Amino acid sequence: MDVTVAWYLTLGAVLFTLGAVGLLVRRNPLVMFMCVELMLNAVNLTFVSLGDALGDLGGQVSVFFVLVVAAAEVVVGLGIIVAIMRRRSGATVDDLSVLRG
Amino acid sequence: MFAQAETVATPEVLWWALVPLLVLAGAAVLLLTVASLVRRLPEWLPAAWTIVAGLAVLVSVVPLWNEVQDDGARSFLAGAVGIDGSTLFVTALLAVAVVATALLSRAYLTREDLPGVELYVLLLLSAAGGVVMASANDLIVLFLGLELLSIAVYVMAALHLRRIQSQEAALKYFVLGAFASAFLLYGIALVYGATGATGLARIAGYLSTTILLEDGMLMAGFGLLLVGLGFKVAAVPFHAWAPDVYQGAPTPVVAWMAAGVKAAGFAALLRVFVLTFGSWSGEWQPAVWGLAILTVLGGSVVAVVQTDVKRMLAYSSIAHAGFLLVGVQAASDRGTAAVLTYLGVYTLLACGSFAVVTVVGGAGDDRHGIDAYRGLGARRPWLAGAFAVLLLGQAGVPFTAGFVAKFGVIAAATEGHSYALAGIAMVSAAVAAFVYLRILVALYMEDRHLEDDDEAGAVEVDPAPWGPRIVITVSVALVLVLGVVPGPLVDLAKDAVPVLVGG
Repeated sequence: MDVTVAWYLTLGAVLFTLGAVGLLVRRNPLVMFMCVELMLNAVNLTFVSLGDALGDLGGQVSVFFVLVVAAAEVVVGLGIIVAIMRRRSGATVDDLSVLRG
Repeated sequence: MFAQAETVATPEVLWWALVPLLVLAGAAVLLLTVASLVRRLPEWLPAAWTIVAGLAVLVSVVPLWNEVQDDGARSFLAGAVGIDGSTLFVTALLAVAVVATALLSRAYLTREDLPGVELYVLLLLSAAGGVVMASANDLIVLFLGLELLSIAVYVMAALHLRRIQSQEAALKYFVLGAFASAFLLYGIALVYGATGATGLARIAGYLSTTILLEDGMLMAGFGLLLVGLGFKVAAVPFHAWAPDVYQGAPTPVVAWMAAGVKAAGFAALLRVFVLTFGSWSGEWQPAVWGLAILTVLGGSVVAVVQTDVKRMLAYSSIAHAGFLLVGVQAASDRGTAAVLTYLGVYTLLACGSFAVVTVVGGAGDDRHGIDAYRGLGARRPWLAGAFAVLLLGQAGVPFTAGFVAKFGVIAAATEGHSYALAGIAMVSAAVAAFVYLRILVALYMEDRHLEDDDEAGAVEVDPAPWGPRIVITVSVALVLVLGVVPGPLVDLAKDAVPVLVGG
C-alpha cells in the first residue's frame, strides 16, 4: 500500500480538527494552549507534505517561521495564565466571567 | 567552500523603503534596552520617545510616498516585501494611532499608578507588525506581521495589573487570536498547496493564467484565510472576543486595537483578497458579501442593547468593520480607495472616542456605564461637545468625516451592482445612529441624580490631562474639517490603491 501525500494531508486535517474542537470544548487554559499547538503543528505537517509533493523548499522553510511564532505565542500565553493564577489559583476559563454584556 | 560561500546571492534590500519599519522596531528595542539599564527613567521619557518615533515615521513616509508615486511600486527581499501607496498610507495611519495611544497612555498610566515602559515598547512593536502586514508581499511575511502585531496586543490588554478584567480580556483575546492565527495559517498552507507559491505576485500570476479543474483546496484556502482575517478585524460571526476585550482592556490599548489593529487587518484583507485573488473575485465575493451583511447588521443591532459605553463602542467598531467589508466586497479600485478613506476617518474617530472614554473612565478605569455620561453636557461642556461630534461622526452624519467614509463604501457597492448590500448597509447605519443618539441623550438631556449615587463625591470627572486633550482636540478638528473638505484624504486614498509587483 502506497502512502501518498493525500494521507499526510488527511492526517493534518484530522489533527487540525482535533485541536480546534479541543480548544472549544476543554476548559483548562493549559489544555487549550496544547490544542492551539496541535492546530499549528497540523499546519506544519500540511506545509511539509505539500512542499514535498510540489518539490518546493518553500513549504519546509515556512515551518521554521511557524515554529518560532508558536514558541513566542506560548510564552505570552503562559505569562497571561500565570498572571491570572496568581490572583485566582486553579481557575478554569469558566471562572473568568467578569466581562459580559 | 569559502569561495562558494562568497558567491551566494543575497536578496536585494531597499533600505530606504524599510525606514518606517526600522524606526518603529528600533525605537522599541532601544527603549527596552535603555529602560532595563537605567535604574530610574524620567517618567515622561518613554511616552515622549514613542511620540517622537511615531512622528518620525509620519515624516519619513512623505519622501517615500513621493518616490512611490513617481517611480511606481517596488518589491524587494526576493519579492517577499513590497512598497506601494497603500503600504505607506496604512503606515501613516498606524503612526497616527501610535502617537494618539502614547498620548493617552501617559495620562492613563500616571492616573492608574502603573509601571510604564512595557506598554510603549509593545505599542511600537505592534505598530512594526502592522507595517510588516501592510508591506507583505508573501503570505508567510503577512503571517509574521500579524503575529508580531497580535502578540504585542495580547500583552498590552493584560497590562492593568490590578484589574482582573484586564487579564480576563487578555486571555480571551489570546485564545481566540491564536485560534484565528491557526486558521489563517492553514489557509496559507492550502493556498500554497493549490498554487505552489506563497508569494502574492506568484499566486496572482498563477491564478490569472491557470484554469484549475479541481479547486477544492484553493477554495478551502480562501475560506480559512477569510476566517482568520475576519477574526482579526472582528467580523460577525467571528466577533465574539471584541466586546469582552474592549471592555476589559485598558482604554488607551482599546484605542490602539480599534484604530491600529483594524487598519492593519484591512490592509491585509485588501492585499490578499482584492489584489492577489482579484482574478477569482467571483468565488470569494459572495462569502465577503455575507460576512459584510452579518457584520453591519449584527454590530449595529446588538450595540443598541448595551449599557456599557465601552461595549457599545466595541459593537459599533464591529459595525464599522462591516462597512469596511462592504468596500472590500466591491473588489474594485474604487472600493479599495473607499476602504482606505474609511480607515483614515475611523482612525481619527476611534482615537478621539476612546480618548473621551479614557477621561470619563476615571481612576480605576471602571466608570464606563452609560450612567457615567448622564448630564456630562452640563458638567463638562467641552468634553461632552467633543464626544458629541465624534459620535455624530461615527454615525455618519453629513458635514462630519464619517459621512464621507460611509458614502464612499456604499457608492463603491452600488457601482459594483451590490444594491442589496448597499441598502442593508444604509439601514444598519440608521440603526447604529440610534446607539449614538442614546449616548447623546444621556450627555445632554438627562440629569444625574447625585443623591442616588454611592460615590457622589467622585462623580465629577477628573480634569482631562493634556495628553487626551490633544488627542480629542485634534481628532474633533480633523473630523469636522474632513467632513467639509474631504478632497485631500479621498485623493490620497485614490493614489494609495495597492499594486502587486513580482520579485
